[in-house]
Amino acid sequence: MISSLTAEKLACARGERRLFDSLSFRVRAGQALAVEGANGAGKTSLLRLIAGFLAPAAGRIVVKTGETESDDGEERGRLVGWLGHLDGLKPQMTVKEQLNFFARLHAMRDADLAATLAQVGLARQAELPCRYLSAGQKRRLALARLLVSRRPLWLLDEPFAALDVAGQALVAQLMARHCGEGGIIIAATHDPLGLGNESLKL
Amino acid sequence: MSVFTTLLLRDMKLAARSGGSAALALSFFALVATLVPLGVGADLRLLARVAGGVLWVGAVLAALLSLDRLFQGDFEDGSLDVIALSPLPLELTSLAKIAAHWLSTGLPLTVLSPLLALLFNLPGHPTAILFASLLIGTPAVSAIGAIGASLTLSLKRGGLILPLIILPLLSPAVIFGAGAVSSALDGMAANSALGLLAAFATASVLLSPFAAAACVRLNLGG
Repeated sequence: MISSLTAEKLACARGERRLFDSLSFRVRAGQALAVEGANGAGKTSLLRLIAGFLAPAAGRIVVKTGETESDDGEERGRLVGWLGHLDGLKPQMTVKEQLNFFARLHAMRDADLAATLAQVGLARQAELPCRYLSAGQKRRLALARLLVSRRPLWLLDEPFAALDVAGQALVAQLMARHCGEGGIIIAATHDPLGLGNESLKL
Repeated sequence: MSVFTTLLLRDMKLAARSGGSAALALSFFALVATLVPLGVGADLRLLARVAGGVLWVGAVLAALLSLDRLFQGDFEDGSLDVIALSPLPLELTSLAKIAAHWLSTGLPLTVLSPLLALLFNLPGHPTAILFASLLIGTPAVSAIGAIGASLTLSLKRGGLILPLIILPLLSPAVIFGAGAVSSALDGMAANSALGLLAAFATASVLLSPFAAAACVRLNLGG
């Protein structure tokens, strides 16, 4: 389990443009961090930096697990539960097949798919191809992926997008539970997370 | 079942469902092989002489049809982000995708080739050599194609320049493959050509996943 994630004087450049400079923050186990900022401020880029997709222009990100520290991007990626602004679903696959794939992709073969689908409110759509899901239902299935992957570090890009009121409450409840279990959440959002969390303005 | 096979089976399932890329490649291959005898005319000796080259080029072009989607579909809908964060290294992910592509296009094309060789009046032994050469050589097409597919990942019309990148790299496969069939037709041993083809295919399959993984990493960061 991760004990903390620390960004030290992080800088991010996309092409010639510097998005942010000397950004430092620390998130400890059980905490959530809301990343706020105008469109184009670099929220998604920050999440991609943390996930290890992007290399920082300067500075480093250190994950502390117990007594060991690591700033390796690939290693950090193995801890990440990713909810990007794209849901990552295939229209040809059924909801259950898709979730089964995600569980096996994360080497979680014993995941209880039916229970997870019920939890995100997709029990009745289990046999439906993803192409027939609404935007909100796709988002719920992407949330189910977070649950079956059982990763400690959740990186969420606009987690409330496309969801109805019940869906937003569900996200808030899942986030609270994840923090309660000692996980870390870093979320790019325009809405308050409602977790008594800290926020970071880009 | 390992993460590798999970990815392999998923890609094959998707290939079979999304309009059947295998069916598309097979029909393209069959059409090319039917059109050439119509264009060349009924000179049976000439047809047998060009059969190896035409069928090899046809098979390469047919396999190319679905190659540009190898990573792009997953890149566009965000699946590739999730796959990249899985416990499987991207090199093995690339290898799984290459294997899935070969099983759903290269292998069916190989199986169909003896039937198409009939249209070229190719005798039995050279047909067997053609089959063997495609079986050995088509994995190289999928493997080298994966490099092209990962390079053109973020280009909207990447499918158009993909052939320009990978066809020159595939020329050894076509030369050795068609050469083996010619040797067999002349009553000579095809072993040396097949051996070179096997070496080329082995090197491609072993090295391409590293190149493809490096390109995918670049594109995930971009």
